[in-house]
Formats: sequence, C-alpha cells, structure tokens
Amino acid sequence: MTPSSRTLARGPVWPLFVAVAFAAVALTALVLIENQKLLGAALAITAAFCFCAARFGGVAATEVAASENPWLLRGLITVASLAVIFVLRDDNFGLLMLATVLIYATICLGLTVQMGYAGLTNFAAAAFAGTGGYTAAMLGQQGGLPDALVLVCGGLVAVFIGSLLILPVLRTRGHYGALTTMAFGVMFNVFLDANDFFGGPQGLKLPGINLFGWDFTNDIHIFGLVLSSYVNYVILTGILTALAMIFVGLLDRSWVGVWFDVVRLDETAASVFGLKIAYWKVLAFTIGNFLAGLMGAVYAKMTGFIAPANFTFGDSLVMVSIVILGGIGNRWGVLPAALIVVLLPEKLQFIQEYRLIFYAVLVIAILTMRPDGLVARRVRKLRAEASA
Amino acid sequence: MTGLSNNVLLESRGLTVRFGGLFALNELNIDVHNGEVLGLIGPNGSGKTTFLNVISGVYSASAGKILLGGIDITREKAHNISSYGLSRTFQRSRLCLSLSVFDNIALGAQRTLNNGLWHNIVQRKSFAAEARKIAEEARELLHVFNPALPDKLFDPAISLGMIDRRRVEICRALIGKPKLVLLDEPSAGMTHDETDQVVDEILGIRKSLGGLTIIIVEHEMGLIERVTDRCVVLNYGKKICEGKFRDVAADPVVREAYLGQA
Ligand SMILES: Nc1ncnc2c1ncn2[C@@H]1O[C@H](COP(=O)(O)OP(=O)(O)O)[C@@H](O)[C@H]1O
Ligand SMILES: [Mg+2]
Repeated sequence: MTPSSRTLARGPVWPLFVAVAFAAVALTALVLIENQKLLGAALAITAAFCFCAARFGGVAATEVAASENPWLLRGLITVASLAVIFVLRDDNFGLLMLATVLIYATICLGLTVQMGYAGLTNFAAAAFAGTGGYTAAMLGQQGGLPDALVLVCGGLVAVFIGSLLILPVLRTRGHYGALTTMAFGVMFNVFLDANDFFGGPQGLKLPGINLFGWDFTNDIHIFGLVLSSYVNYVILTGILTALAMIFVGLLDRSWVGVWFDVVRLDETAASVFGLKIAYWKVLAFTIGNFLAGLMGAVYAKMTGFIAPANFTFGDSLVMVSIVILGGIGNRWGVLPAALIVVLLPEKLQFIQEYRLIFYAVLVIAILTMRPDGLVARRVRKLRAEASA
Repeated sequence: MTGLSNNVLLESRGLTVRFGGLFALNELNIDVHNGEVLGLIGPNGSGKTTFLNVISGVYSASAGKILLGGIDITREKAHNISSYGLSRTFQRSRLCLSLSVFDNIALGAQRTLNNGLWHNIVQRKSFAAEARKIAEEARELLHVFNPALPDKLFDPAISLGMIDRRRVEICRALIGKPKLVLLDEPSAGMTHDETDQVVDEILGIRKSLGGLTIIIVEHEMGLIERVTDRCVVLNYGKKICEGKFRDVAADPVVREAYLGQA
C-alpha cells in the first residue's frame, strides 16, 4: 500500500564495510597479541570503538545497511573470515581457540532458540554438547561410521536424551523447569565419572574428522602456502556457525518465530488462539539440543579427547551467560559474547585461576551498563516479507 | 438435540466453576443465539469473566456442560477450542507488547497458517504470500477502527495508546473469521468519548461481518444498551435475570443486586 517510505529510506553501505573490517582486525589482534600490556591496549581500543559506534549511530547505520544488503553482508563476512584464517594460518593455538569460540557460539544459537525465543531455560547445554561428544567417541572410532553420520548422530542422541527430560521440563513451570535441566547437567557428570564403559574420569580418545575423504589431520597445501591442519576445523565450524545463523534467522522471521515469542510472552493468549504450548516448547528444545549435540561431537573430534570435566555444570552456566551477555534473543550477540567469554580467560594470564569470578564480574558489569546485553534484540518487522 | 437448538450457537447447562469453596459460576444455563449480541452484566466478582474463561478453555468446568454448535466442548483444551470458531479479547490486555502489531494480529489467524518448518524456513515464497495476505486483511480490519492504524502495522504494540491497543486486540479476535467472539470489557480504561467510538466500531464491524455472534461483558451500561440484543445478569455466579436491556434494567432483583454492591 505504502511502498514509498520503503524505497526512499536506503541508507549508506559503508558502515557495513567498516563494521566487518573492524571485527576481523579486532578478532585477529585479540588472538595474535601475547604481550599482556599490548593486549590490554587492544581491548581498550576495541571497547572504545564499540562504545563510540553505539553512541554516534554507527551501530544503527550498520544494522540498516545489513538488513538492506543481506548478500553483501554474507560476502563481506566470507572474505573477512578468509583473511583472518590467512593471517592466523600457522598459529595452531589461535586457530583452535577460534574454532572453540565458533563451537560455543553455535551451541548458544541453539540456546537462543530455547531461552530467547521459546522462553525455555536450559542449564544443561554443556551436558547436551557432552552427549554429542560421547556419541562421537562411541561411534567415531577408526573404521566406524562415516564422520558426517557420526556428527549428525551426536545431534540426534542429544535430542533423544532431551526428549527423556522434556516431560518434567514441561510439567514444571518457570524456575522449576530450569531446576530440572540443572539436575540433568549435574547427573550427566556423575554418571560419566562413575561409568568405566565411557572411560570414567579419564575420558576417551577419538580420531580427528575425515569428511568424505577430507582428512582434517593433514595440513592444507594451497597456492604454495601451508595452512595448519586446524584451519580445517575453523572452516568446518565457521560453515556450521553460518548455517546455524541463517537457520535461526529464518526461524525468527517466520510464523514459527512469532509463535515461539507468543508462547514465551503469554501462554494464555497463545493457547486461546490455538497454539499448543507443549508442542512449541518441544520443538525449540529439540532444535537447541540438536545444535548442542552436533557441535559437541565436532568439539570432541577436534580436541581428540573428551572427559566429563569438559562438560560440567559450570560450562552450561558459561553458555547461558554468553546468551544473556550477547543480548537474549539476538542471534548476532552470541558472537562477540562467545569471543569475550571463551577467548579472554585464555589470553589474559592473570585471570585464569579466577575464571568464574571473571565471568561473574563481566556479566554484572555489562548488564549494569547494558541491561539488554551487548546487542539488544530488535522488534521483529516482517514488512519486507509482507510486501514482497 | 440439533433439531431444537438449530438457532442456538452456544449453550451452557448446569455450568459450575468452583475455586475451593467459592462458586464463581453456579449451575448456569445460558443460551446464545446465532447472530445475536448478548450482553453479560452483573456486579464485580459475579462471574462474568469466569464464564468467558470457562467457555474459551482457560478454566475448566467443575460440573455441567458447554455445547458450541451442538458439540460438547466442556473437556476440550483451550488450544483446540479456537478451531470451533471461537475467539476473544481479555479484560486485562493480553497483547504481546514487544511484538509488532502485525505479529499480534497474525496470532489470531494462526489456525489458518502453515506452521510446518519446511514451509517456514525453505519455502520462503509461499511463507511471504501468507504474510502478505495477513497484512492485507489486518490493514483492512484496522482501517475500520482507525484509518491511521494500518500505517502502524509494523510498529511495536507497546508504542500504541490504550485505545488503539484495544482495537488491535479486537482485530486479532476477528481476523480468524470466528463464529463467536467474546469481548471482556472492551471499554475498560477508556474515556466516555472513546467508549462511544468503540461502540460505533463494533456495530460497524458487525454490519460488515454478517452473522457474527458476540458475547460482550461490560460495566458501561450505555454501551450495553446500544449494542446488545439481549442481556443476561449474573450475581454470585447465578443468572438472576435475562431479557432486553430495558426490561432487565427495570427489574427490581437486578437493581437490588447492583445496589447491594454499591
Ligand atoms: N483464578 C481464580 N482463582 C480464584 N478465584 C477466582 C479466579 N478467577 C476468578 N475468581 C473469583 O471468582 C469470582 C468471579 O470472578 P470474575 O469472573 O472475574 O468476576 P467478574 O468478571 O464478574 O468481575 C470472584 O470472586 C473472583 O475472585
Ligand atoms: Mg471481569
């Protein structure tokens, strides 16, 4: 009816270039810099840049440009990612951290669907990731199933375990549902610790990924360059994160996303207009647990070794704090939040033994300044779809 | 049964709702005829909202029966009842304020939309076609209430004033093309002039959607007088009187019930 306002309001594109370039440079710097003072300076500059961008409309301009040019955004992110990989090509530790950040971010995208969309608090994300990891360890030994299947099975087994848990989660409301997942998260560790079949506290070894003949344990030789074998994992986790981002984004911009929101915001209105609350919660739980299980399996194969200590209740809490820190319900927020929460304790040597205190202080500090998280969720406007 | 109740859309028989020892509804028999506007009035706490809640499945009946179009829906879950052609508004607004007006109204048409994951994620063209259809219908409905509202279709509901929120809630109840609409105090929180406006709008909608049956709960007696064909008066969960508003308003039992409260 009124397309004029739509076509007129095209914003400039350059903020998109600046934002992606800045993100790539900041990411590379944070991974590469070892000197603690330099690192502190880099962090301060990054924070100042973000603050100014938010203050002077840069963030808003970037959002407009991104929503108006989705394919340009995807192209820029791909190019920037390749550039980062090129710079870090033989930094094994840096690449491993990067892949770990991507794995956490993707698990947190699943948590975003559960908590941010459907309002289902899950304090056992690490246990679901662990379920995927142990599935990979059991199925993915040399000569076992092909790895593509192993990874998918990791997700499916997590969904299955989740479906055993779903009844008590649905029957109990609010905080009690969260308690149920908490109990599962703790039980998961106790069970694995006590069970020799799954390796007990010493854990299990497993071989690296081999996808359709693409062997992840080999270095990559391309254009006369040698890239560390860990580049394989960064590429795989990068692709999985991108796919999950696209999937979760489309989900949000669909009826399913709207119904998730309504179920979270007002169960009475939802059911009066025909939404079966249990169905939508189960769907969100399933999607999130699949992502957790899948990425847990990738993580296990990447590190080559898993033990109960990799998937503790504390790790589940870290994942929830990533979602809250990023801005609950905003899928972009999990990327910077995962970066901060996973990378900083590794890099800043003085925090290492104070990790949990660091998380607590960080969450409190950020939420005091930005109660809606780093990137607050925006109101969904299906205008583009509804006037296509 | 069907032979007799051809003209009856909704009937409650011995309908009772108990909260502990309190009888919020007590053996209530009410018939609602096809196409009529039934006013449900009575002092505060007389069970009007409870009646709407129990027929829309929000509360469950302690005893008795509810028939909608001759079908027993007493034990139906709330999420199934809308498929019998029933929708409603709420006394305390139940819009999702952080969602857009469009999202809120789309909820009213949820039953008619394709909820499959494949359709929603992969077949984006046919999803967009549905979204376009809903947007068109929503604009049309909103326009009846307020010509300025269609332009706010993608604004968050929280940005609207009280009266526009009411209107959006009524649009949400109407977009699914229900047979029976329950309106719980549509004038709550409005000034006298705004109430008059809403009355005109409800009458206008009713004219354009021929055959719509409405149960309306109201405090504002002027509104009841103008819009209803018939009234049922509740007191302490019991029906104490029924008939045309003028007759009901003159009834000494009704006067006493209202005076007793004041
Ligand atoms: N969920 C509930 N739990 C307990 N008592 C309730 C509940 N809902 C309503 N009641 C009680 O039932 C009676 C009727 O309430 P209601 O139907 O809201 O009255 P009305 O809408 O006519 O003002 C009141 O005494 C109220 O306190
Ligand atoms: Mg009431």
